[in-house]
Amino acid sequence: MRGAKSAKWVAIAAVVALGATACGGGSSDSGDDSKAAIDPNGKFSIEVGEPQNPLQPANTMESNGSIVTRALFTGLVDYDSSGKIVYMNAQSVDSKDNKTFTVKLKPGWKFHDGTPVTAESYVKAWNWAAAPANKQTNSFWFSDIQGYADVAPEKGKPKATEMSGLKVVDDNTFTITLTSPIPYFVYKLGYEVFSPLPESFYKDPKAAGEKPVGNGPYKFVSWDHKKSIEVARYDDYQGSNKAKNGGVIFKNYTNLETAYEDLKSGNVDVLRQLAPRDLPVYKADLGDRAVDQAYSAVQTIAPAFYTKQWKGIDPKVLQGLSMAIDRNTITKTVLQGTREPATGWVAKGVLGYQPSLGTDIFTYDPAKAKKLIQEGGGVPGNKISIQFNADGGHKEWVEAVCGSITKATGVACTGDSKADFQADLQARDAQEVKSMYRSGWVLDYPFNANFLRDLFGTKSSGNQSGFSNKEIDTLITQADAAKTQEESEKLYQELEKKLPEYMPSIPLWYYKVNAGYSEKVTGVKYAQDGDPILTGVQVKK
Amino acid sequence: MGRYVARRLLQMIPVFIGTTLLIFLMVYALPGDPVRGLFGDKAGSPQVIAALRHEYGLDQPILVQYWNYMKDMILHGDFGTQIASGRPVTEVLGDAFPVTMRLASLAFAIEVVLGIALGVVAGLRAGRLTDNVVLLITLLFISVPVFVLGFIAKLVFAEQLGWMDPNVNDSTDYGQLLMPAIVLATASLAYVTRLTRTSIAENRRADYIRTAIAKGLPKSRVVGVHLMRNSMIPVITYLGTDIGALMGGAVVTEGLFNIQGVGGTIYESLVRREGTTLVGLVTILVLIYLLANLLVDLLYAVLDPRIRYA
Repeated sequence: MRGAKSAKWVAIAAVVALGATACGGGSSDSGDDSKAAIDPNGKFSIEVGEPQNPLQPANTMESNGSIVTRALFTGLVDYDSSGKIVYMNAQSVDSKDNKTFTVKLKPGWKFHDGTPVTAESYVKAWNWAAAPANKQTNSFWFSDIQGYADVAPEKGKPKATEMSGLKVVDDNTFTITLTSPIPYFVYKLGYEVFSPLPESFYKDPKAAGEKPVGNGPYKFVSWDHKKSIEVARYDDYQGSNKAKNGGVIFKNYTNLETAYEDLKSGNVDVLRQLAPRDLPVYKADLGDRAVDQAYSAVQTIAPAFYTKQWKGIDPKVLQGLSMAIDRNTITKTVLQGTREPATGWVAKGVLGYQPSLGTDIFTYDPAKAKKLIQEGGGVPGNKISIQFNADGGHKEWVEAVCGSITKATGVACTGDSKADFQADLQARDAQEVKSMYRSGWVLDYPFNANFLRDLFGTKSSGNQSGFSNKEIDTLITQADAAKTQEESEKLYQELEKKLPEYMPSIPLWYYKVNAGYSEKVTGVKYAQDGDPILTGVQVKK
Repeated sequence: MGRYVARRLLQMIPVFIGTTLLIFLMVYALPGDPVRGLFGDKAGSPQVIAALRHEYGLDQPILVQYWNYMKDMILHGDFGTQIASGRPVTEVLGDAFPVTMRLASLAFAIEVVLGIALGVVAGLRAGRLTDNVVLLITLLFISVPVFVLGFIAKLVFAEQLGWMDPNVNDSTDYGQLLMPAIVLATASLAYVTRLTRTSIAENRRADYIRTAIAKGLPKSRVVGVHLMRNSMIPVITYLGTDIGALMGGAVVTEGLFNIQGVGGTIYESLVRREGTTLVGLVTILVLIYLLANLLVDLLYAVLDPRIRYA
């Protein structure tokens, strides 16, 4: 009898256990594969991680969220593959003084809920996103606009809720006034932060982040967290990039190896990037469905100019270090052809990119490297370290770069590994980098100023190395004061040509997209930011 | 008995508070800031960073943060909100746990059925060929790391034989979960087999077994009731702790087969310094461990009438 009674207690404890661990949240059915898809209405799937933020246009900073946001929203302008402006929702963006811009919208555009896209849709959205109370991570993008300082003062309470630089003229016209002239401001408008928002958004911004209503080529269908996001073609879309397929399923993958296996077995159609493991075989596996093209991002190593070692260093030393890195061999061997040796600070595919700066500092030349370092007074301590985050696959090339430097010049070099990106960032923010650090920059907008002004100006938001040079700052001011966009581009090109004299960082290589797609789809092209152009993909019968 | 269970349940309270506090402090001690991390290489606007830090109470002292967190959790069942996505943590947990539950229960079933069966067979034939073969295979299972096994399974069954998809596309489909569950179960299965085998081999020579045989009982009853029941205690002990290990420790297997379960969520929240999510996940895992252990202790009494709880 004892046994039977004990069994009863076990049963009760089991019930308690189940009660305590049951935590709601049923699983819903996942998207079914529509294999019998027909040409224009066929849907395809693409590998994406779970977006980190809610899908609000001014709140997506990482790539998983932004690819979805860009499918759902269309802003005023976009860029073509050479970096030129293409007008989307805007009919024109004109300015006489590069300070006040008049935006005219193409009439007849509608949000997915049927409400019209008006000047108010833009102005209200930008004012909302700029207000710190709404906690949009990309809000600093509005800081060029007059009145931003009142809406988001660095200290104290906001003095206004609307930026004085934004004025609605009529339903299809509004003006933007900047605090100071920026000849290439139109380029910034292509970033998804400057998207319009429908009136329904403000009722419940949080819910709108879960079920976004946009004005883009696709409308939102569903988001099954950590499984997939589905969007369908928006048939009333007025833009030039109307979708050539029925919709997209963004499938969640936590690592690239599994995505590649699924591509081979036909469970996913388009990949954005491959894992190092699959690089040696993917071209043989996929044939002409393998993608290998440059995109606009650059990898550099930057000296921390606030350290004793690099404070007031003779740029010759850095030139010497740059010449001691055998970029050709490292990109071919260690990086398996996934990068292309850099020849400047501005990446390919950006307006103002120059194939050559007329300098030899990017060429591997051990003898000259040694000489330059000696002329510059040598590397203080004769020892450098390169800080990197261990979770980003950087270890291999950092070691190769170090090996190359030591072999060529005799300067001791070690990798300074931080456990993950968070720890790496913290050390950089707190100015605790010991010697040099790895730094990458992916374009925000395809204009060369983005790679120069936003990184090397003394007060630039991307300047983490403490680099500060009066002449560069003056050149930046001059380029920003240029009358036209072309002139500004030229001045920035000249600035880039001067950079070898100052060496704010050592560019290593440009990124490439190494990806592929399945037999089910054609017309897969990749944009400068490395993401596939979704609207152009066609699904086979 | 009832008193015993009540006492054990009460003992869980300090353990529960201790573990949550420890994890909370550990996440806090890690370098990096979840809010700053949202901005990546860019600097971000200080106003928004301050506003976000204030919203999530990150500007308060750590013990105050812990107090608020525990208060919300115990009084309202509210595990807080994720910083990046703004989703309630309970929702995130609700996404991850059912998936892992399914995977873990399938693996657990495989481990119990196969492991005990193999163990009994080997134990009854201790020292003979069958026994040696089983010992060798289990040794192999223990020594080969999970990810190697996973790769081999994928290569053979998915790519070469084409019997199944390499990855899990629908986590509610047990057919797709089978391969990862087998991979996840192998190491534990080997331990269960070996424990059962030793226990059976030892008890086979016990006096009560000789008595049972002498009484003329059929062999099935001797093995199935007398031998098994007495040999299961070490196995049950192991299985109890293994439930927790299967649920929390499936990080590698989940990553290998693209299953969005607890393991992956723990890893992700660690990388993003999402303290609230991490503590929520681990709290539930701790509860599962504690209750599984309680169940094991109670099962002792069922298996061995000599053990009594008062």
